[in-house]
Amino acid sequence: MTKTRFGKFGGQYIPEILMPEIKKIEEAYEFYKNDPQFNKELSELLLKYAGRPSLLYFAKNMTEDLGGAKIYLKREDLNHTGSHKINNVLGQALLAKYMGKKRVIAETGAGQHGVATATAAALLGLECEIFMGLEDTIRQSLNVYRMELLGAKVHAVTFGTQTLKDAVNEAMTEWAKRSEDTMYLLGSVMGPYPYPTIVRDFQSVISKEAREQILETEGKLPDVVMACVGGGSNAMGMFYNFIDDKDVKLIGCEAAGLGVHTEKHAATITKGSVGIFHGMKSIFCQDKHGQIAPVYSISAGLDYPGIGPEHAHLYDTGRASYVPVTDEEAVDAFEYLSKVEGIIPAIESSHAVAYAKKLAPTMGKDEIIIVCLSGRGDKDVAAIAKYRGRIINE
Amino acid sequence: MSNIKNAFQNKALIGFVMAGDPELETTKEVIISMANAGVDMVELGIPFSDPIAESSVIQSANLRALKSETYLPRIFEMIKEVRKTTDISIIFHTYINPVFNYGYEEFFQMCKETQVGGVVIPDLPFEEKQEIKEYADKNEVDIISFVVPTDGARIKMIAKEASGFIYFVPSIGATKAMEGHTKELTDVIEMLKQTTNIPVAIGFGINTVQQAEFFSKMADGIIIGNAIVKIVEKYGKDSANHVFDYVKDLKSVM
Repeated sequence: MTKTRFGKFGGQYIPEILMPEIKKIEEAYEFYKNDPQFNKELSELLLKYAGRPSLLYFAKNMTEDLGGAKIYLKREDLNHTGSHKINNVLGQALLAKYMGKKRVIAETGAGQHGVATATAAALLGLECEIFMGLEDTIRQSLNVYRMELLGAKVHAVTFGTQTLKDAVNEAMTEWAKRSEDTMYLLGSVMGPYPYPTIVRDFQSVISKEAREQILETEGKLPDVVMACVGGGSNAMGMFYNFIDDKDVKLIGCEAAGLGVHTEKHAATITKGSVGIFHGMKSIFCQDKHGQIAPVYSISAGLDYPGIGPEHAHLYDTGRASYVPVTDEEAVDAFEYLSKVEGIIPAIESSHAVAYAKKLAPTMGKDEIIIVCLSGRGDKDVAAIAKYRGRIINE
Repeated sequence: MSNIKNAFQNKALIGFVMAGDPELETTKEVIISMANAGVDMVELGIPFSDPIAESSVIQSANLRALKSETYLPRIFEMIKEVRKTTDISIIFHTYINPVFNYGYEEFFQMCKETQVGGVVIPDLPFEEKQEIKEYADKNEVDIISFVVPTDGARIKMIAKEASGFIYFVPSIGATKAMEGHTKELTDVIEMLKQTTNIPVAIGFGINTVQQAEFFSKMADGIIIGNAIVKIVEKYGKDSANHVFDYVKDLKSVM
């Protein structure tokens, strides 16, 4: 039983109707993760299709401007489809195919996971349906069109708050109805076991590469590794191979929206409490009655009221720390990185850039920060312009 | 063991109602009218913001109930009021998170105090029962197990440890089953009967008098959910009499 948990977090809190299927996925994953043929095919996809390894880029201008620690950016934004999401979906879609599934479904917030899933489905010849909160389909209409272009059906979810958590609810309902030919491609390190483990394993390529790259470039490990956190997949991928390096600080940057003193945030660890939801015991934004709270962030990708159970465990044991970053700070960082380095970061990733901006000047010049630049910001340009008072026709 | 078995002395009619839909006073009236109409057990929903395993009819009832700020402390108060009128068997239908936040110890003590004999928790499968078992056992509250048509080994594993009654959800709807597709039902029920002595109730969209008559012959009890919730959705605060008429008709053919 303990293998389903990270300390006291995790588990499989899902309806009975999904249990047989989740066990099948568990068994299939246990088998294929050690299967040479599966791993060979996945490696080839990552190298020749997704464009891995991603660069570890020394942000020289940013480092000089901030006058403290050396800043490196792990360029997941350069992957095919523009974010770290492709690492996970290629793995899970391939697993679906090996399991004999004909169809994949997925939830999406910002649309990045949806686009990545639709891409993998197109490549591997799988039917694809994406569940997305109605509000998110409006905020991210370009990504909706992108998914449709890739041959996916986009299902706008009109229940509840019409955002990411409702998309997860609806995708789970659909999965319960059609698991015999359908695999649910979960987009983050969340949900019932084995998903948090599967997604973490597929994303851990980020830190596997980054660790080798920094040792090769600098001859030593970084002092700080940081990433933005919604459900927490890019952060888990960025942290994983550094967890045993006790001197490397791990920092997750949560979306504080309009500020953690307001109700308009998605800062799960800063403001949340332990609960059980979406298949896992973890930390959630909720009221004292255990009703899941509506959350808010300018970033649709971080607009989720929970966090993956392994993050809850890393926080609980003190191995990682989590800091809130507001919309305003993230937008500043979005503009800053664009001007200083010529790199337009995703608004999600901008949360991590924002905290690096704060932290670097307090550190020594011989110290090193690696920031996971989880995605590119093209999708956010119109929204940021609007935030700054300029209306752009996409 | 709880008082649940009393409800299964004859074929049991189990009626679902969402606490606080549209407010708790109505729920109290609906429970009492169901008791008066001969319903054997009330399955009382505790509203949750994200009911992932429900029909859209029941999902909406959850949201209506939350709108009237229906949380556990007030639900227990309402049941205490109900207990002044009827000792009808009551079980809860809830997601685990509201119970976790209320506190397991206190929750099951309150269940005992208000004679709530069982809990149906869709997001607490067999594998996670330990989460609450200690507290439920101590207070003689049954954790009702769901069974869906899967492999026989899993069905038997669940049935062996089940208490109260088995909540069987077939994969096809009641309408389809009425067209003669009953093999799945009879196969699973037979398997359950070979494994356990506790009663088996079917819940899968039973709606009409004909269906009630048909399916109550196949199992020890039937669960009526959507149909009652739709009446409450339609009549709001004036639901009690309408629910009474509806369930009385069903009970008359069982």
